Amino acid sequence: MENYIAKTNLELAIETKNLEVIYGDHQVVFDSSLEFPRHKITAIIGASGSGKSTYLRSLNRMHDKTVTVNGQIVYRGVDINQPSVNAYEVRKQIGMVFQRPNPFAKSIRNNLVFPLKENGITDKRVLDERVEESLKEAALWDEVKDDLNKSALELSGGQQQRLCIARALALRPDILLMDEPASALDPISTEKVEATMRKLRRNYTIIIVTHNMQQASRVSDFTTFFHQGRVVEFAPTQELFQTPRVKMTEDYISGNFG
Amino acid sequence: MDEIKDRLLKPSKATKQDQRGRMISYLSIGLIAILVISILYFIATRGLSMFFNDGIKVSDFLFKTDWNPGKKLVGALPMIVTSFGVTLLAALIATPFAIAVALFMTEFAPKRGARFLQVVIELLVGIPSVIYGLIGLAVVVPAMRIMYGGTGFGILAGAVVLFVMVLPTITSLTVDALKAVPSHYRQASLALGATRWQTIYKVILRAATPGILTAVVFGMARAFGEALAVQMVIGNAAMLPHNLVSPSATLTSQLTMGIGNTIMGTLPNNALWSLALLLLIMALVFNILVKLIARKGRIK
Repeated sequence: MENYIAKTNLELAIETKNLEVIYGDHQVVFDSSLEFPRHKITAIIGASGSGKSTYLRSLNRMHDKTVTVNGQIVYRGVDINQPSVNAYEVRKQIGMVFQRPNPFAKSIRNNLVFPLKENGITDKRVLDERVEESLKEAALWDEVKDDLNKSALELSGGQQQRLCIARALALRPDILLMDEPASALDPISTEKVEATMRKLRRNYTIIIVTHNMQQASRVSDFTTFFHQGRVVEFAPTQELFQTPRVKMTEDYISGNFG
Repeated sequence: MDEIKDRLLKPSKATKQDQRGRMISYLSIGLIAILVISILYFIATRGLSMFFNDGIKVSDFLFKTDWNPGKKLVGALPMIVTSFGVTLLAALIATPFAIAVALFMTEFAPKRGARFLQVVIELLVGIPSVIYGLIGLAVVVPAMRIMYGGTGFGILAGAVVLFVMVLPTITSLTVDALKAVPSHYRQASLALGATRWQTIYKVILRAATPGILTAVVFGMARAFGEALAVQMVIGNAAMLPHNLVSPSATLTSQLTMGIGNTIMGTLPNNALWSLALLLLIMALVFNILVKLIARKGRIK
């Protein structure tokens, strides 16, 4: 299949080499090699069933023990796609936000404190600091600072999603994976989540899977297009949307597909 | 930088915990497996020794009707027939009641009524079987005697007692099955102009059928294995029942009646072990039946 992968010369956060993902006897991702620049937002777009979510979930070993993942995932010079690598440590460095907001049935504060305590942080001052910082980073602090002990389930969908982002940030990860983080939200909440992402770019590498091409073009620095489990194109977002190199990408973004 | 790389490559407390947890669960599984296998082995060797050591034919055991182990007569057909008789009859009476109560609880009753019924059903489960047997003896047997003559002991009395005993089992499992029907099925049906009755009958009960069948089989397994209450009302005469109100005996009642009065290793004792083996095999059959129903009925 024809494809085009732009070279970036930027410092890389993570890269995959010939990655493939196989469910039983059904292969979903084929021979995908991609490089994700550090402190940038990279969007993965593609139709339903193109393997983009599956690809994303392999990056922090979420497929462990359920699905076969072959190939290399290189992070800090280590191929983390090996059984000998500590998957728990991988996930502390590479956080994830899911499609549906999934806060725990705990108070707002405890949603953030829980992962920290489980990782051995018990000093109350540090905990409070982290809670405030993370909520500020996720642009939720002003809305909830007065009732941190309220149940997280009482928040609106958009607030819940930003709480989940804050929760992922509380562990100070290096990379944040987002699997269609705004698809269950209304436009106003979506805008807030996108603003949060733009702010986070300064300190985090973000990889976001999205159906929504406008969203990809609004928030991301780089975009890659997946089709039927293969990388078709990777390029700076503006280039990809304005002057796509591959015919299939052009068809997809202009909407006359298939 | 290198510190993080280090952490990625080294096992941590969490991974060691993983290993320990896996070991503990394997150990537990192993223990339970040994337990199950030894029970099976024990009952199988005892139960089969009658056929190998005393030269009894399996077909005689299964199809002859005379039970008198002292004289080498070990036809278990009366017990087999009676056991199936009470079980099927009890399930037949209990199922419509259980479905009606479960439907009331899930579809009609206000919240408080449903909760009250839930408590009542849980209470029924908690009553010891000897109480059921006593009530059967004091109420059901005399009632049978008045209505049908004879002694009143027999399959019908057993089935009535078992009906009350399996009703809560079948009801609560049926409630679970009905609750598992997604509410959008209801909405889809109602939005097409279907009445409440049509929705319940054609949509909800259809979707819940595998669950309800499973509930019935579970109830039957319980009825088949019940010993004490049945023993008190069945009459305990090891002969082929010619009607529903003549005294007879089930596999379980024969077993509990006889096991204290026989000597280990003799034919009468071995014959009882063979009955136990038969019970075990039936329990297995019920289990497999539940699995098959669940697999076949799964909504795809």
